[in-house]
Amino acid sequence: MSNESLPPFQELLDEHGSDVLGYLVATVGPHDAEDVFQETFIAALRAYEGLEHARNLHSWLLTIAHNKAIDHFRSRGRRAVPAGDAEEVAGSVPSPNSKPEEAVAGSDPALWQAVSALPPKQRSAVVLRYATDMSYSAIARAMDSSEAAARRNVHEGLQKLRGEFA
Amino acid sequence: MNPLTENQLEKMLRQAPSDADLDHAVQGLLDRAERDGLIDIAYAAVDSPFGELLVARTDRGVVRLALPSDRGRQRPREEVLEDLAAYVSPRILESPKRLDEERRELEEYFEGNRTHFDVPVDWALTPKGFRNRALHAVARIPYGKTKTYAEIAKSAGNERAFRAAGTACGHNPIPVIVPCHRVVQTGGGIGNYGGGPDMKRALLDLEGAL
Repeated sequence: MSNESLPPFQELLDEHGSDVLGYLVATVGPHDAEDVFQETFIAALRAYEGLEHARNLHSWLLTIAHNKAIDHFRSRGRRAVPAGDAEEVAGSVPSPNSKPEEAVAGSDPALWQAVSALPPKQRSAVVLRYATDMSYSAIARAMDSSEAAARRNVHEGLQKLRGEFA
Repeated sequence: MNPLTENQLEKMLRQAPSDADLDHAVQGLLDRAERDGLIDIAYAAVDSPFGELLVARTDRGVVRLALPSDRGRQRPREEVLEDLAAYVSPRILESPKRLDEERRELEEYFEGNRTHFDVPVDWALTPKGFRNRALHAVARIPYGKTKTYAEIAKSAGNERAFRAAGTACGHNPIPVIVPCHRVVQTGGGIGNYGGGPDMKRALLDLEGAL
């Protein structure tokens, strides 16, 4: 069988599902992450058969996740998460089957508050860089920007976080 | 508060979601994918007295049943799924719920409480021609009866092609449900089986054919 054939879709879910959910929890918050996670993989399933090669499936999925996160914010008619929601992200959001405060905030709720208060591009870039360990070129692809813009977004996001935490 | 280092940031952001959260999100995904008709092949592990089977189905029916990978000359699970991805569709997801009927019928069969499978079969993995005709002939052998490779060859339109009939059985993508264990040698020998001769004998014994 040729190396170019696509792996069973289940493999993508097994190998990258955790990264995609982690990225979305950090960008749209634990309350909406599950829904956007499903939007992401539904879109991936729809596009999967037409995919021409099986390279970089990890950044392909994170690109879709990034776009779905942007859609999510647009549909809620705002550019950034207001301060009120930031606390929600970091604190306790009632959910029947999960305990976001344990799953997400883990070490430091204040960090999550600060990350979720970043402008969307900086937030995505910082999360992609530090939560999913993507290279700047992969972040640029995922965010449809130049590599320089990806570096700048990470850098500026970090500066802001340092300001908050200094 | 201490100044934030990149390492600290990385450590904090790298809190992987819990398994429970991921499982919950995936279960919701399966429900939505199924509702939208996006799962071309659903598969699940099914217990049997011989070990764990892998059963896969399309909208048309059961397309693959893989015998336990540690039996006979069975291939590893990953290869079974890769073949399905290459020859049928890569939109493959593990969805045990969708295999409930298949699981129930197989359990009843192994308990000796079922003599006929009602779940339909999808022949997508069997090439047209002699092999296809041979396996259709195999599918018609009743519970508890046996046929010889020569008889299967004859049903498939070429009486002398008993070796090819053996090859067709050897490539049966849906053993047990398409009962190639009911095909034996003309001289009375039990013949080959993908899951090993012991399993073939045990199935024939279960059916009272020995």
